[in-house]
Amino acid sequence: MKIQRLGAMASLALVGSIALTACGSDNTGETTSSGDTTANSSAASDCFEGTLNAEGSSAQKNAFEEVASGFKAKCSGATVNYNPSGSGAGIKQFIGGQVDFAGSDSALKTVEKDGKIEAKEAETACGSPAWNIPMVTGPIAVAYNVKGVDKLTLTPAVAADIFQGKITTWNDPKIAAINSGVTLPATAIKVFFRSDESGTTENFTKYLKAAAEANWPGEPAKTWDGKGEGKAKSAGVAEGVKSTDGGITYVEWSYAKDNNLGVAAIDNGAGAVELNSESVGKAVATAEQTGTGNDLALKLDYATKEPGAYPINLVTYEIVCSKGKDADKQKNIKAFLKYFASEEAQKTIEEIGYAPLPAEVQTKVATAIDAIS
Amino acid sequence: MSSITGHSAIDELPSGDGRPPLDADKAGTGRLGDRIFGGLATGSGIFVIVLVSLVGVFLVIQAVPSLLNNNANFLTSREWVPSGADPRFGIVDLLWATVITSILAMAIAVPLGVSVALFITQYAPAWLSKPAATLVDLLAAVPSIVYGFWGLSVAGQYFDSVAKAIDAVLGWIPVFEFNGSPIAKSTLAFAGVILAIMILPIVTAISREVFAQVPTAHKEAALALGATKWEMIRTAVLPFGKPGVISAAMLGLGRALGETLAVTMLLSALNASAAFSLSIFGGGETFASRIANDAGEFDSAQKTGAYIAAGLVLFILTFIVNAAARVVIERRKAFSE
Repeated sequence: MKIQRLGAMASLALVGSIALTACGSDNTGETTSSGDTTANSSAASDCFEGTLNAEGSSAQKNAFEEVASGFKAKCSGATVNYNPSGSGAGIKQFIGGQVDFAGSDSALKTVEKDGKIEAKEAETACGSPAWNIPMVTGPIAVAYNVKGVDKLTLTPAVAADIFQGKITTWNDPKIAAINSGVTLPATAIKVFFRSDESGTTENFTKYLKAAAEANWPGEPAKTWDGKGEGKAKSAGVAEGVKSTDGGITYVEWSYAKDNNLGVAAIDNGAGAVELNSESVGKAVATAEQTGTGNDLALKLDYATKEPGAYPINLVTYEIVCSKGKDADKQKNIKAFLKYFASEEAQKTIEEIGYAPLPAEVQTKVATAIDAIS
Repeated sequence: MSSITGHSAIDELPSGDGRPPLDADKAGTGRLGDRIFGGLATGSGIFVIVLVSLVGVFLVIQAVPSLLNNNANFLTSREWVPSGADPRFGIVDLLWATVITSILAMAIAVPLGVSVALFITQYAPAWLSKPAATLVDLLAAVPSIVYGFWGLSVAGQYFDSVAKAIDAVLGWIPVFEFNGSPIAKSTLAFAGVILAIMILPIVTAISREVFAQVPTAHKEAALALGATKWEMIRTAVLPFGKPGVISAAMLGLGRALGETLAVTMLLSALNASAAFSLSIFGGGETFASRIANDAGEFDSAQKTGAYIAAGLVLFILTFIVNAAARVVIERRKAFSE
């Protein structure tokens, strides 16, 4: 009798634990940077003791973590956390005062959307205008996986047709025409897109719309309106292409690199341009500044015909209060961003698939950071 | 007259000669203990009922404004544009993907789980049954992201040939048509397979417990009447265990309906203009996977409300399924008592 009761207890505990495991699964996780603690005292004046919390775009997650751990190595007492929950969530948390600054892949909107103007709301929350400071340039790669093809050039029109499902095999004459010398197989093209709302989708469709308007009927948006099958997040589409012969997608460069995917060169009309940090820097340098003063919101010219400029880029911003309510916090943010914009930090993120800010932009960014108070 | 503790109330009554009552284990007259325990139990029960009701109320309150703004039919539309000036959203695709993956998962996990439970309780030698049970239970301890990752990068590649084989034999039925898009490991069918593995330990653990409770007298009676082992299981074990198996299946179904992460990782979403397909080798998103996938971008009340409305449907769906199971169990009760 006793044994049976014990058994019943055990099975009860078991069922309980099953029920518990059933719940505890979804974990977006806050990524905490932890670098080695070889403190470097040379820049001690820019160090601080304490923690900064930032949240937002997942497009700059890897760059942010790299820089945050570099900063931690320099200033052992400082911790900067980044929660890559998405640009929208980051801005929301920033406006709500839950995080010290936000990371976003688009500048704060100055036009009304769903009855709210982000820039206005942020200004109210800060008590001063919020600034968009471009910090990480993430090129978007058109990544593919076709057996036997390791060099591919696409024009915006052909890319648009592929992503619209109008070109369905890799040996289509339209692709062959711009890839002389490449043997293209008859494999079916499998397009992968981001099924979650994403700044990458928005920027890529902006590019297609700007550079090949006739071939891209839809309006640029965070949700995909082309063809193909949807995968969650950048990791999902990269994985999809990697495991599918004939797959193609648009994804941040770092993911294409990590998964050893082929990256197409883009021919905007001035010859094929490979994706590398110089070609990206060239494109960002020609971007027009839409913010005023130290608000450095940029407008990229996707249709640029500048020779040697890679046109599909995503500029991610750090969104900060220009004049915060908490002076100490602002000083800490300033110190961290200063390091982020430094040549040293920008070089480290280049190694993991981002492009460093071009010199002109870097100067402006430095001026803006100095003006934070 | 006897009680669980082995003492009867009569033992404790004071006798006429004024001696103090026997108070063997202080159980009989402990009115205070009774009240405390009764109160705690009632309180817990009420707490859970209130909690679930409040979840329901919360979902309704959040969902109603969005539903009123919806310009498409929520129950029959396939569009999903929850925000903007002209919100249009419907749940047909979500409902289909959720139901079909769960049905597939049940179709695989319930027979398999019951068989495993029968093996452990009826067939396996004593030295094997404990470790086997523990191993199956371990499946429940694996986090769902691991299942998703495993399905995606390990098991998924083998599913292509399975899908092709099914298509070759049954492809003429629309439900089993496989055309290679989406790729096999991103189909509803494969998500169902992974879900089946995830709910297998739940089904097995509970079935095992009920099968172990089958009175030996029933089993021996069947055997004495000349039944073979299989006939004994069919006539004595299965009827006795039926309500338990149904409960197990419903608990598993609850998890399959709501499972999020693994499904999000595996399934390929349809593009906005894709035609509706009946095939289990199609793509899609379940309620939970779509909500999880877009949760980072809930930037307006209208949009949040649309997703919460979808969540509400899942809530109601689970409720209906559980209520149906309850009815079945009540009807079957006669067999087990």
